[in-house]
Amino acid sequence: MALDAAIMKPDLSAGAPDAPPALDVRRVSHSYGDRKALDSVSFAVPQGSFTALLGPNGAGKSTLFSLVTRLFNVRDGEIRILGKRLNEEPGEALRRLGVVFQARTLDLDLSIRQNLKYHAALHGMTGADAKLRIAEILQGSELIDRMGEKARNLSGGQLRRIEIVRAFMHRPRLILLDEPTVGLDIRSRAEIVSEVRRLVNEEGVSVLWATHLIDEIDETDRVVVLHHGKVLAEGDVPDIVAAESAGSIRDAFTRLTGLAKSTVEPETAS
Amino acid sequence: MSTPASAPADATPSGFPLSAYLICFRGIVWREALRFLHQRERFVSALVRPLLWLFIFAAGFRQVLGVSITPPYQTYILYEVYITPGLVGMILLFNGMQSSLSMVYDRETGAMKTLLVSPLPRWFLLVSKLAAGVAVGIVQVYVFFAIAWFWEVQPHWTGYLTVLPALILTGLMLGSLGMLLSSLVKQLENFAGVMNFVIFPMYFASSALYPLWRVQESSPPLYTITLFNPFTHAVELVRFALYGEINWQALAVVIGCTIIFLGGAILAYDPARGLISRKRQ
Repeated sequence: MALDAAIMKPDLSAGAPDAPPALDVRRVSHSYGDRKALDSVSFAVPQGSFTALLGPNGAGKSTLFSLVTRLFNVRDGEIRILGKRLNEEPGEALRRLGVVFQARTLDLDLSIRQNLKYHAALHGMTGADAKLRIAEILQGSELIDRMGEKARNLSGGQLRRIEIVRAFMHRPRLILLDEPTVGLDIRSRAEIVSEVRRLVNEEGVSVLWATHLIDEIDETDRVVVLHHGKVLAEGDVPDIVAAESAGSIRDAFTRLTGLAKSTVEPETAS
Repeated sequence: MSTPASAPADATPSGFPLSAYLICFRGIVWREALRFLHQRERFVSALVRPLLWLFIFAAGFRQVLGVSITPPYQTYILYEVYITPGLVGMILLFNGMQSSLSMVYDRETGAMKTLLVSPLPRWFLLVSKLAAGVAVGIVQVYVFFAIAWFWEVQPHWTGYLTVLPALILTGLMLGSLGMLLSSLVKQLENFAGVMNFVIFPMYFASSALYPLWRVQESSPPLYTITLFNPFTHAVELVRFALYGEINWQALAVVIGCTIIFLGGAILAYDPARGLISRKRQ
């Protein structure tokens, strides 16, 4: 708890106005052959913010994640993480980034601890560092007692929570989560949402949370609406709702994507 | 790294100390070793395969060598002795391809993503992964040597030391070939094709099972093919090293091929040039 006190949070978003955004995506396009998955996408995740990347399936969220994590190369446009250009300084950019992919990526044959230590090693953290860090993150969680168990024995929700812990291991400044609650029951979903929000508050990291589930978005979040590879809206929830003169973010989303359907569908349907 | 999670300002240090590379390398080798220990069937089948050849195939082919004495051997040898370096090559060949299989598998399960989002340079991650696979292969080879010793394959004890660099080089060459192939194979199912079109032709069209002069006598075209087969040179490198000698030609070919295959694999996995970004996952 003493640690929590020492860790900022207060003037994160307010302070340091010239601080670079945690994530800065500028005019990024990406195609698979003839199919354009992202079309000149630009948006930012300000430092300390919880930004939801809202889009239906197939909007281009996973492609965007592959680009930001440098699994794919950014060929058109530019991505910066905390001001570090991904193409020029990939190591500096990636070390500031923690990722939870949509597909499960834990090694089921290894124990939870081994999985976390492996990840820590990939980031140059010693085993002793990793151990301290695990204790720090999982303080008070029942998962701390299951470190020696094989990943295979855990439920889907627990695996996801371990993947989230893993993303925080190397003290990144920006966390990406690609539809982290997909395939989970309601209780696990709620647990994961609150777990991430707790960690974000404790560690003051910035978050980009991709989802197609509107109920995961808080009134205080920022939202980027992605549809058919294009950004339709970006801003705080109340602003987007107001701009669309909608009653709620759900209405705003329907209007935005509904509008997009009539204008965008004809060309992409071919 | 041990400072507590920090404030708004970006406190992440810049650059990576050498220790970060070492920790990362150790982590990758450690995971590979753990995975290997968990797959006991893989270890057993990796050993049974060459032992079947040694115990059964070699017994049937004892006469194949005729009366000639070829270097590095200085006396008449049993076919079991002749075939041993070839079987060692076979172990490393299967191991190299199996590592490539695991990379295709890793790509499908997402473990590859875990590896590639490490901030350390991608070539370093791939070379570490490769080295981890080679280490696992070499353990298999020495267990095989130990069993073969009781089967009258008994080189001078120093041979077991001098062969080590040859094993490392051969392992690197075959592992990087596997890695290159893994970047080209789209899905796991295609691995059967790798088996038929890479492993078997490489193995049979080489000096692993029969001396090259024999091949030349019976089929000059096949002889030419075996000379162009890098696996032939890998086997000869191991064969000479096991008797404390260096086959320079084989050494040059193996080093050259390693550089080409590894360079190709690094390019293929480089997001800037690579092939992976053209595929959907």
